[in-house]
Amino acid sequence: MAGPVIVVGAGPAGIRAAERLVEAGLRPVLIEESARDGGQIYRRQPEGFTRPHEALYGSEAAKARALHAAAEALRPRVDWRPETLVWAARDNALLVNAAGRSESLPYAALILATGATDRVMPLPGWTLPGVTTLGGAQIALKAQACTIGARPVFLGTGPLLYLVAWQYLKAGAAVQAVLDTSPFMKRVEALPWMLARPGLVVRGWTYTRDLQKAGVRIATGIMPVAIEGDDRAAAVRWRDATGQDHRTECDAVGIGYGLRSETQLADLARCAFAFDAGARQWLPVADEDGRAGVPGVYLAGDGAQVRGADAAELAGRLAACAALRDLGTAVDEIEMVTLRRRLAPMTRFRRGLERAFPWPANLAAALPDEALVCRCEAITAGTLRRAGGEYGAPEVNRAKAFSRTGMGRCQGRMCGLAAAEVLAAARGEPIEAVGRLRGAAPVKPLPVATEAAP
Amino acid sequence: MTGLLHRVGETQRRAVRIRVDGAEVSALEGDTLLVALLTSGARLRESEFGDGPRAGFCLMGACQDCWVWTEDGGRLRACSTPVAEGMRVVTRGAPWPAP
Repeated sequence: MAGPVIVVGAGPAGIRAAERLVEAGLRPVLIEESARDGGQIYRRQPEGFTRPHEALYGSEAAKARALHAAAEALRPRVDWRPETLVWAARDNALLVNAAGRSESLPYAALILATGATDRVMPLPGWTLPGVTTLGGAQIALKAQACTIGARPVFLGTGPLLYLVAWQYLKAGAAVQAVLDTSPFMKRVEALPWMLARPGLVVRGWTYTRDLQKAGVRIATGIMPVAIEGDDRAAAVRWRDATGQDHRTECDAVGIGYGLRSETQLADLARCAFAFDAGARQWLPVADEDGRAGVPGVYLAGDGAQVRGADAAELAGRLAACAALRDLGTAVDEIEMVTLRRRLAPMTRFRRGLERAFPWPANLAAALPDEALVCRCEAITAGTLRRAGGEYGAPEVNRAKAFSRTGMGRCQGRMCGLAAAEVLAAARGEPIEAVGRLRGAAPVKPLPVATEAAP
Repeated sequence: MTGLLHRVGETQRRAVRIRVDGAEVSALEGDTLLVALLTSGARLRESEFGDGPRAGFCLMGACQDCWVWTEDGGRLRACSTPVAEGMRVVTRGAPWPAP
């Protein structure tokens, strides 16, 4: 296979992968869709902003600074391509688009470090202005020094729910409530796994304690009912663990139920997928070092499995080691063994998170028929249920053809996992029986005036 | 109408003026178009399917819910487009191209 090694994504995994390739004397191509490196968790503020790393990344400031420094040192040693969208993969080449021009980049090896986005369960009112993902709420603060509202409610589950609420509290927002769908007992049951990383458990507990001290209402085991508002979010209706109904007024809502891996490019590169029962989603298959089933393709970071930024840095380096070795460059076995050993507790912690903060699959069945599932094309749960029932769609791709759910411009990124739950519940089948949305090129919309490079 | 987003820092940046639906809006250098529009207003666009206004969702280029249109019919993803002096955008549907 001809061509360079290409790394897609300049977050923690992609930067560390590129760094390892450079150490071996290669000049990899490093492609990033946004203008700056860092990824989402260590996302950088624009030029001209002045807040120090400590203000932006808190306890993770040292890691963020180290990663940003590594990325800057790499800049002259890699073929750095920011603001470049990889929109397809075929025949050992990527199709990329930058500044309205599309070209094909062949690769000898491909390391996909595509990251993750919030995993979302729809509820009535989730398309109202003022409702963002938890990740979006964090980006507003970190990258733009804005809050999504002065009186926000945070709704969902997972560590990010508490972290974002805490960051908003520190930023001076009057957080109205933190509403967690996971019962508190789940956290206790998950402790044996979570204690693989005791420092993170303590930090999570600190966020909760600070929020409670500040008088923020925290409710666990809740059921979200709806977000209300005429042309912007004004209140959240929810049911507490005892079945009592509540209405909490607010001016913004951040929602999210953990993260979902961005796997479209792995799919287009023909990687095999397997159902992961813990994550309740289909994920690309890779060995411990990140080798996908397809020769020359490697997966690293949250785009392969959601283990967080620390694991992504290690997995990026490990995937680069595997790629180098497969290309015939000697790599010391001790380096790879050490990386694998450091990743082990992170994998165990991830399994703990899945137990402590489970994806609330049951909410899909309870979603009213008139609620929008697909926000791109305003398709309701009722329409999707009809596709699975009356029209007999046995799996999500057929249901997409019948109902257009997942066919819109986000390509099912936002609704795909929830739509699968709605379909499975309507058909009375296990979630794995309805399959997964196949990736389709272009993975993101291209400008109409895209021209082919000569 | 008050904006959806609230600035909590970094307000010493240079002011940038843009036009939104014909009216002048003041933003700050380094703002994304989404922030420029939503610190002064509460919408980016109207859903094409009649279910009301939208104002973005993921803020990281994944959901494609924050599209706005330039006055000459170009499409911009507001969350990943930096604001620039003199930008002219519309939030109420794609304009017809001039004949």
